[in-house]
Amino acid sequence: MRRYFGRKLLVYGLTFFVAVTVNWMIPRFMPGDPVQSMLSRANVAQPAAVEAMRAHYTAMFGFDLPLWRQYLNFWGSLLRGDLGISIWLFPTPVTDVIVRAVPYTLGLLIPSILLSWVAGNRFGAFAARRKWLDNTVLPLGYVLTATPYMWLAILLAWAFGIIAGIFPVAGAYGYDLQPSWSGEFLGSLAQHWFLPFASLFLVAFGGWAIGMRNMIIYELEADYVNYLRALGAPMRLVRRYAFRNAILPQVTGLALQLGVLVAGALVTEIVFSYPGLGHLILQAIQNQDFFLLQGTFLFVVVGVLIANFVIDIAYVLVDPRTRTGMGGTA
Amino acid sequence: MALSVTDLRVYYQTLRGEVKALDGVTFSVADGEIMGLAGESGSGKSTLAKSLIRLDGRMRHAGGTVELDGRTLPIADDRAMDEFRFREVSLIPQYSMSALNPTRKIGKMVGELLAARGVPGGTAELERRLELVGLSKDVLGRYPIELSGGMKQRVVMVVSTLLNPSLLIADEVTSALDVSSQKAVATTLLGFRDHGLVTSMMVVTHDISLVYQIADTILVMYAGRLAEKAPAEVLVTAPRHPYTRQLVSALPEVGVRYEDRRLAGIPGNPPSLLNPPGGCRFRDRCPVAFEQCAEQPPFAEVAPGHLVACWKAE
Repeated sequence: MRRYFGRKLLVYGLTFFVAVTVNWMIPRFMPGDPVQSMLSRANVAQPAAVEAMRAHYTAMFGFDLPLWRQYLNFWGSLLRGDLGISIWLFPTPVTDVIVRAVPYTLGLLIPSILLSWVAGNRFGAFAARRKWLDNTVLPLGYVLTATPYMWLAILLAWAFGIIAGIFPVAGAYGYDLQPSWSGEFLGSLAQHWFLPFASLFLVAFGGWAIGMRNMIIYELEADYVNYLRALGAPMRLVRRYAFRNAILPQVTGLALQLGVLVAGALVTEIVFSYPGLGHLILQAIQNQDFFLLQGTFLFVVVGVLIANFVIDIAYVLVDPRTRTGMGGTA
Repeated sequence: MALSVTDLRVYYQTLRGEVKALDGVTFSVADGEIMGLAGESGSGKSTLAKSLIRLDGRMRHAGGTVELDGRTLPIADDRAMDEFRFREVSLIPQYSMSALNPTRKIGKMVGELLAARGVPGGTAELERRLELVGLSKDVLGRYPIELSGGMKQRVVMVVSTLLNPSLLIADEVTSALDVSSQKAVATTLLGFRDHGLVTSMMVVTHDISLVYQIADTILVMYAGRLAEKAPAEVLVTAPRHPYTRQLVSALPEVGVRYEDRRLAGIPGNPPSLLNPPGGCRFRDRCPVAFEQCAEQPPFAEVAPGHLVACWKAE
């Protein structure tokens, strides 16, 4: 058991290292010059002042150092929890910008991932046993799961926001409100949250339902089911076993899908101008904000790694076959 | 009479029509009798074995009755059959290696099965029976993956016979085993009967030489019908049906060098059961066939306990 988790931790550590390095490289090798864009934003006319400002900013962000020094400094400050200063929202520290955005992203992601997984699995297992459901609703599931996140998001925004006018299509709360714990604010928050949540939920739901339906049909044909049925075990018991065994590949699927879901959430946020991490990434790219981009990516990477690790542990708890493998040299 | 089957017909539904896998089968098994059920692939022996405990989705009960200890088995009614399964009729399946739920500890699974069938407790009896087949009670705390193939087979044998069924069906239980395990399984089956854990037994196999060692009687099937039933000794030494004769002569014998003499086979193939020809189904491959074979011969008693479906059997 210890060996197993030791090896897992090593793999996750390596992944983290590579991810951080790539993360540092991408903005630096991207075309564009952030200092230049800050200077043009400042709109100064005298060439001498421009030169002075350029030197100031370059030194401040450490762009005058050789690349390897920049890289080492980056690790150093990262370990101190310092992600640098945002160029777009200068001079706010990147950490503050991210902390402000994270609740919105998590508020979208966690419910949509968990609810779609639970509901999709239940529905898929249910549909596998009813022909009429299998024939009517599952094709819909195929359509849903094949739909790109942002496309469904645009469709929902158009149908429920523009045409029906039930839900707002931009922002996390009404523009005329200040964040507070008042009922009015919370209501507005929920209203703005619903459509981005629904688009994430629906796409993922279709995928889980189809996967579970296929798994259940497969399990109900398994030898142990035939044996139990031959011994007169009631369908209730058989279904319970089949469901539990069918859920195992779905747990693995969840681990594999996490990255995709996060990416989907980021795109969906952009469609709905939802002020989460996806929105930040877009702004950071548009403003050549290295530090913000780095920080946001880093946050996403760490989040996905942690979630995967949790699923790894959960898998060990639910499937005895992985546990026996750990006892030996495997 | 423990089991009596009368004119049983079970057909498979396929896209091209009905396959008459079991086409009018009448026989009985006495209390305490171990009956071997032999036949080649496609003869209907597995269909017969399945029909007595659980028809699968493609099988249709087309007629005939099955009586066990004087009660009619509702074989076409999946729900009504549940009451008889495990308690009255039980099965040791062909797939013992994968018959246990891989994600449940064996003891827990058996406990849940017993509770679902309304049989509380039973742990002490289960442990005692495991001991009988040479397993310690530790296996109850293990997952199926932690057991060897032979251990899984023995666990399944114990579970299947736990409620002392009146009829036990052993479906090709030795097919996947090596010769020494085959011997152990055969001995265990014999032990179940001798200890009174099961009343009668049907051992389905394609291996006459194995079933000969444990069975009291052997029933030979051919193309969905019965060919011959006789005491095991008689069937092997003095078979009367031409098919059985050729089948037995195709078995290797001790002391004969097959370098010198080729083992005889049976030329030809069994007929398709989709639209089987009328009359005796072995006619086309039979060396002694004559005009009367165009008529189906009755499954008639030619000597005490010896039944043959052949016009030339007397």
